[in-house]
Amino acid sequence: MDIETVVQRLQLERLYADYAHCLDADQLEHWPDFFTEDCFYRVTSAENFEAGLPLGLIYATSRSMLKDRVSALREANIYEPQRYRHLVSSLRVVGEDPGGLDAEANVLVVRTMQDGEMTIFATGRYVDRVVPDGANWKFARKEVVLDSRQIDTLLAIPI
Amino acid sequence: MSVEPALQWPAEGNARVPYRVFSDPEIYHEELARIFLGPTWQFLTLAGELPTPGDYLTTFIGETPVIVTRGKDGAVHAMVNRCAHRGNLVCLKRRGHADNLTCVYHAWRYDLEGNLDSVAFRRGIAGKGGMPASFELKDHGLQKLAVDQFGDLVFGTLSPDAPPLGDYIGNQIGSRIHRVLHGKPKVLGTTSQILHNNWKLYFENVRDTYHATLLHSFFTTFRMSRLTSEGGVDIAEHGMHHASYTRNKIDRVGAAASDQLYAGIPSLRENFRLAEPGFLSMIEEFGDDTTTQILSLFPNFVLQQIQNSIALRLVLPKGPDKTELQWIYLGFEEDDPAMSALRLAQANLVGPAGYVSMEDGAVGNFSQRALPGADNQASVLEMGGFDHVSEENRTTEASIRGFWQAYRPLMGF
Ligand code: FES
Ligand SMILES: [Fe+2]
Repeated sequence: MDIETVVQRLQLERLYADYAHCLDADQLEHWPDFFTEDCFYRVTSAENFEAGLPLGLIYATSRSMLKDRVSALREANIYEPQRYRHLVSSLRVVGEDPGGLDAEANVLVVRTMQDGEMTIFATGRYVDRVVPDGANWKFARKEVVLDSRQIDTLLAIPI
Repeated sequence: MSVEPALQWPAEGNARVPYRVFSDPEIYHEELARIFLGPTWQFLTLAGELPTPGDYLTTFIGETPVIVTRGKDGAVHAMVNRCAHRGNLVCLKRRGHADNLTCVYHAWRYDLEGNLDSVAFRRGIAGKGGMPASFELKDHGLQKLAVDQFGDLVFGTLSPDAPPLGDYIGNQIGSRIHRVLHGKPKVLGTTSQILHNNWKLYFENVRDTYHATLLHSFFTTFRMSRLTSEGGVDIAEHGMHHASYTRNKIDRVGAAASDQLYAGIPSLRENFRLAEPGFLSMIEEFGDDTTTQILSLFPNFVLQQIQNSIALRLVLPKGPDKTELQWIYLGFEEDDPAMSALRLAQANLVGPAGYVSMEDGAVGNFSQRALPGADNQASVLEMGGFDHVSEENRTTEASIRGFWQAYRPLMGF
């Protein structure tokens, strides 16, 4: 690896770590900032993804739609207090071109409810398009592809 | 009724529901037999999910595993997914394609209609072993369901006492199904939600026209639906099925008076605004001004139209306090790009992460958690009176009372 690749790699690692921290630390208001203005984000199952079905359980075609998701969670929707712990690993760059990178990573989310009950809420992978934004990187596209088709109770906080 | 201790239904009839029906394992067990294996039709699949002879998928009626196939004759068939030999699951995959159905355990082979074709080593080896001469293949097929279609919706039943499907659904509710499924359905995606509550708590919620604008801020705040909007409920004979509908363009009391009526109700979040509210508006496609229609068929099928978001929901019991809610989101082959995009955007309203539906996943759970200690108590369903008839009004629990009207005779309550 040349030094540029190593630097790029460290930047990407930080992007994913900061992203996970944002969600786990309940800093949802900052979550849209990880995305480009005209980003695409969806949460789907491996079954839908592999069948080429377009549905997203959460589906956004712009950063403003991500902001709306956050304001709905904060101001409108009713769900029990809960927190996530994301474990993101095995980050891989699977494609690279002058415009950006195609990256994938494994993700596991443990959800803890207010009474302390913990569940492995989600496992899957991120299938992402990452583009440079000044000295940083942003997600132009993020697909959260969950291994299971089942969601326990509800999906409030994004993954 | 063999349930012990016997359940005494309150004298108020369908306006009371003993809480025990949501938690008692014996009642649950009886429901599987009397309702799900009883004279009811249950949704199996969309016909288009099995396009080619040999295509199959697996599902459930109640908790009983079922195989649904497209036979060589081109028709849809369904049978219990339990080998006629010693009861092993025959199909292990959720879906697939096969020439025949072969049990992995001892390789008994069935055709796509569930008839037993062959038994491995049926004649034994060198004159020893094998099946007795009296053993007839035709006596040992898979247990077959009666199958019928309503448009593209395929239903099955294990009971010879179920009325014909068309009569079961009826014209009133049937026309409300056709109204929504006006094209060739195209599956946009599926998901499933594990609810930690009894299946009937979810089904009550689906039929509960009273809660929708009190619990769901999106409906109320963005005037997608309010109790002051024009609308009503259609309830089938004997209460079996229902369709509630809203025409949100017309507010019976006017916008200002509606705001006043909802003042102080938490679901009206006056200061809540979206940066991109565009996806909440509707493209006219149904030839009428109904903006939301929630329809349920007894015992566990839902067809939803919220604006242009269309989904089938199947409510599968998984125990007294566990339910799997399967979602099939639909568009139509005829959809243009604008409609396709809008359906995907409006899918944000429903499902496990839905701006509207998320809360229904939460409240069933909250109700189930409050059941301990309530064995001798009952819920109150008096909103709108005591009956279960169609009316141009949604400030009523008539559709829920209709469910109990259909449920009680089947259960002997
Ligand atoms: S149980 Fe199926 S062949 Fe024996
Ligand atoms: Fe609801």
